[in-house]
This record gives sequence, structure tokens and C-alpha cells, in this order.
Amino acid sequence: MMTHSRPGAPDAPQSLRVGFIPLADAAALIVAVDKGFTHAHGLDVELVREISWSNVRDRLNIGQFDAAHLLAPVAVASSLGLGHVRVPIVAPFNLGLNGNAITVTSALYRALAAEADGDITDPGVSAAALFRVVAQRKARGQDPLTFGMTFPYSTHNYQLRFWMASAGVDPDEDIRLVVLPPPYMVESIANGHVDAFCVGAPWNSVAVDLGIAHILHFVSEILERAAEKVLAVRKDWATRHPDALARLLHAHAAAAAFVEDVENRDEVCRLLSAPNRLGVAPEVIRRTLDGRLKVAPSGQLRASARYLLVGREGAARPDPVQAAWLYAQMVRWGQAPMSMELLSAAQAVFRPDLYDAVLGAPHGRAAGEPADGIGAFAGPPFDPSDLEGHLAPWRIKRTR
Amino acid sequence: MTAETPLKILVIDENPIRRAILEAGLRDAGFSNVTLLGDTNGLLERIYAVDPDVIIIDLQNPSRDVLEQMFQVSRIVRRPIAMFVDQSDRETIEKAIDAGVSAYIVDGLKRERVRAILDMTISRFGAFERLRAELEETKSALKERKVIERAKGILMKSRGLDEAAAYGLLRRTAMSKGKRIGDVAESLVSAIDLLES
Repeated sequence: MMTHSRPGAPDAPQSLRVGFIPLADAAALIVAVDKGFTHAHGLDVELVREISWSNVRDRLNIGQFDAAHLLAPVAVASSLGLGHVRVPIVAPFNLGLNGNAITVTSALYRALAAEADGDITDPGVSAAALFRVVAQRKARGQDPLTFGMTFPYSTHNYQLRFWMASAGVDPDEDIRLVVLPPPYMVESIANGHVDAFCVGAPWNSVAVDLGIAHILHFVSEILERAAEKVLAVRKDWATRHPDALARLLHAHAAAAAFVEDVENRDEVCRLLSAPNRLGVAPEVIRRTLDGRLKVAPSGQLRASARYLLVGREGAARPDPVQAAWLYAQMVRWGQAPMSMELLSAAQAVFRPDLYDAVLGAPHGRAAGEPADGIGAFAGPPFDPSDLEGHLAPWRIKRTR
Repeated sequence: MTAETPLKILVIDENPIRRAILEAGLRDAGFSNVTLLGDTNGLLERIYAVDPDVIIIDLQNPSRDVLEQMFQVSRIVRRPIAMFVDQSDRETIEKAIDAGVSAYIVDGLKRERVRAILDMTISRFGAFERLRAELEETKSALKERKVIERAKGILMKSRGLDEAAAYGLLRRTAMSKGKRIGDVAESLVSAIDLLES
């Protein structure tokens, strides 16, 4: 007889399995577990390293994972039933904002630099240069450029598309956009399968270190704030295990603060570099967390205070505006139909209410952050109540 | 099913042994149109050439994400859907994931026609996993036996014991320390290696 279980109160599962992909933006999750924050909050978490986003999604959906490090757009797509079975997912905690970069072969970098009318680190300038390079290649009868990204429902996909389409490059007609698993990105750019890619850390730095590629943009130059990875749980799991969820959020908040404290950086990089975590040198991870990256084989550095936001500037609190922006991109690129129902379902995936209930509500937007919560380099400010207005100015789109 | 055209099955699996086991199983079950892919170079072209009704891919293959995108954007391949689409079939899905395999099925196929393929795949993946586990076990048992032999030899030489006494000493030490004989032998051998190196 289970005399200790109280009727009506579901037992909190103290043992959790959480899936992740080896990327720097899993930092808060990995540190939460490996530094002992989850243990301190009464949880026994087994981290499971996965090889594909499809696996993470499926194992979360089917219940083999209690929670997962997940691409923010996959959480939205899964909840809307896009491209796959519909399983409602909620995101009570953001694992990271931004953190991706667009990396191009040295040859493409030279071609873009030759066509750049102004500062090539300005995404408007680089996109216009890309437009001209694409036109020249077409005129010469060359194959279209191939860009790699990580998943159809990924921020990488939308960031690349938003950037290039702003200057009239059609990502479906003028470019070949292909999915590549992150660990294969570097190999693919080295053997000429792709001319460029958009991926998270550490793969951009690895390609630059090999002397074969340049980092063209940090994605924070395209959008100041983009929800990249979330801590995802099934909606029914969140409902049934509020206690375990609260413990998980406490542990993640502590871990995110630990990761953001520069004093702890050596330790954090060491934890993340373990073979069963990211499995790359601590120094490479450190560049990402410091936001100070070598962008060219010559050793040239570029620094940004916005490269990857793990907990600072309110990054960890899920913002439904981000979910609306992601849904708007799904509509723009023909992955989803436009409907108010789907828009509100998408926004409901990001759960600041769950975050606030456990960790407390913030006092307004962090100073210096974009007023619309997105901060895109082109187009009018984003207004989630006016998606038509968001899509109207863009000539290139695949709306259904 | 004789009246229907045979289903075209594409197996994408980097492991050659498992690939062969799966192919044999499918052929034995009467599926003659099976194509095997070991690597995923030029995947889209190859899917286009085979035009499969069912695609089977192992879960350790990172190209699953690549496949999913092809189904989404390509105009030249038919659009198979993941077996996960039908939520009523949770049990099969769980079994498949446990076995380490995923399947994509062209939309509109009757699920009775696909069921036999899925069941066969799951059982063959399971059989392969057991085979692999047994092999691992045999390997480590063999290794342990060698270590115990060395430890016995060390004791016989240094303490002038016969073989039975040397083994008895190892066994008593293991019991008194609550360890396995293999572990005690291992510690002894590494200690000697350290001292003699």
C-alpha cells in the first residue's frame, strides 16, 4: 500500500530523462545537471545526447523524454501539428536567444566583399552583395549557391531566409537550401558540398579555425532577439507534474545565472567540453559564451554583447512575441496557413506564466532591448496582432 | 497481397550487418523489392530513383533531419510521412524507438500492408541489438578470464602458491572486500604493471 501518496496530488517524478543535442546553447541544461543544481532541487536527471532533432522531437512526443533541449520552432510546429503528428508542447524556459552565425567559404566571402557597397558586417549590405553574386552566377550559367541549415523548422532556416530575401534573393528559387546535421556542417563546407551555412556554436568557429571559411554574420545582426532553443515539455506533462516542473525551472534559473557569471566561465566551458556533452575544446566554447569570435582565418575578431544570451537581459523568460514571429515565418514560407487560431496556439506554446509562477515576474523589458521584442534589421517593427502587416511589405514569400 | 504490386522498401542504415539482417528478414517475409543504402550521399537523387513506398532509417543516423526536409520541400519525391503520424498506434511507435528504428510511409498506403514490414523491422533491429550485446558480453568475459589468469600467475610466482591456492586467494580477497574476482585480478595486474613499468 502506498500510504505516503496523497489522494488527488500526482506524484512528482523525481527521476527525469532529458534529451539534448551537443550545442553550446544547451549550456543552462547541461550545467543545471552536471553542476548539481537539479540534484540540489531534488531531481535526478539523466541527460541523453541525441543525434538528430527528429529523434529529440519523437522521443519527447512519445514520452521517452520528460523534457528536451529543443529548437523553438519545433516546439511551435509540434504544437500546431505541422509536418508531423500534433503533440502540444510548452516552453516554460528559454535556453538561449541568438547564438547562430552565418559562415561562408573563403571564396564566397571574397565574392561578397568585392560586391559589398559599404560595411559587409551590415546585413543589408551583405544581402545586396549576395543578390549581385547570385545574378552573376546565373548569367554565367553556374549552379546556384548551396546554403546549409539544420532543420526545416529552425531559426537558422528563418534567419537565412529573412536576411537574403530582404535584398531580393529568393531562398527557394535562387539558392539551394539544404538540411545538414550540425556535426556535418564543417565537413560539408570543406568538401564543397555547401558554400555557406547557418548553425549554432561551436561549428562556425571550427570551420574558421580550419582556415576554410569566414563568419559573415552573427544572427544577432539580423534579429536582435530570436528565441533559439527552449526547454520543452509536453503540455500534459506540465499539467501532471507541476512540482517537478517547478524544481526543473529553479535549477535552470540557477544554472543560467551560473553560466552568465564570467567568474565561472572556465568551469562552465570545462563542463560543456566533456566527451559525452559537446565534446569540443573548452577554448572554442569560451568564444561563444564570451561573444568574442574569430571570424576569419587571419585571426580577425568580432565581439558582440548579443551573440548568445543564456539568462541575461530577460533571455530565459519565454516571450510569446517570439512564438508569433516564428509562426509568421512559417506562414511566409508556406509551412503553415494563416489563421488567428494557429497564431494564438503558437503564442500559447511560450509560457511566461509558468516561468513567472516559479521564478517571479520581471519588472518590464530589460533596458536597451528592442521595443518590439525582435529588433529585425529590415522591415517595420514586428506587431503580433498584425501578421498581414508584417508579411505585406515582402515581395518574396510563399504564403498559401 | 498477391494481387497488389509489391511494396518498394528503401533501407537506410550505416551498419552493414544490420542492413543485411534486415534485408534477409524482409525477403523471407516476401518483400522482394528492397533497396539498401549504406551512406546518404546524393540521398535525394537516390530516393527519386527508387521511388519507395516505405523508407526505413536507423535512429542513430543523423540524416533523419535531412530526410524530413526532403519530404517537405522536394517536388520530385512523393511525400512519405513518418509512422508517428497515426497516434492510435503508440505501441508500435514505442517499440520501434526502443529498437532504434524509424519508418516513413507514403501517404495513402493501407496500414495493414505496412504492418508486417514494421513488425519485421522492429524484431530484426531487436535481434541485432541482442546479438551485439551478446558479442560485447563474450568479449568482456574473455578479457576478464585473461586478467584472472595473469593475476593467478603473479600470485603463484611471488607467493609460491599452486594454481588452486592462487585462485582461492583471489576469491577470498574478492569476498572479503565485496568485489568481483575479475575486479580484484584487474587491480593486482594494474598494480604490478605500475611497479614494473
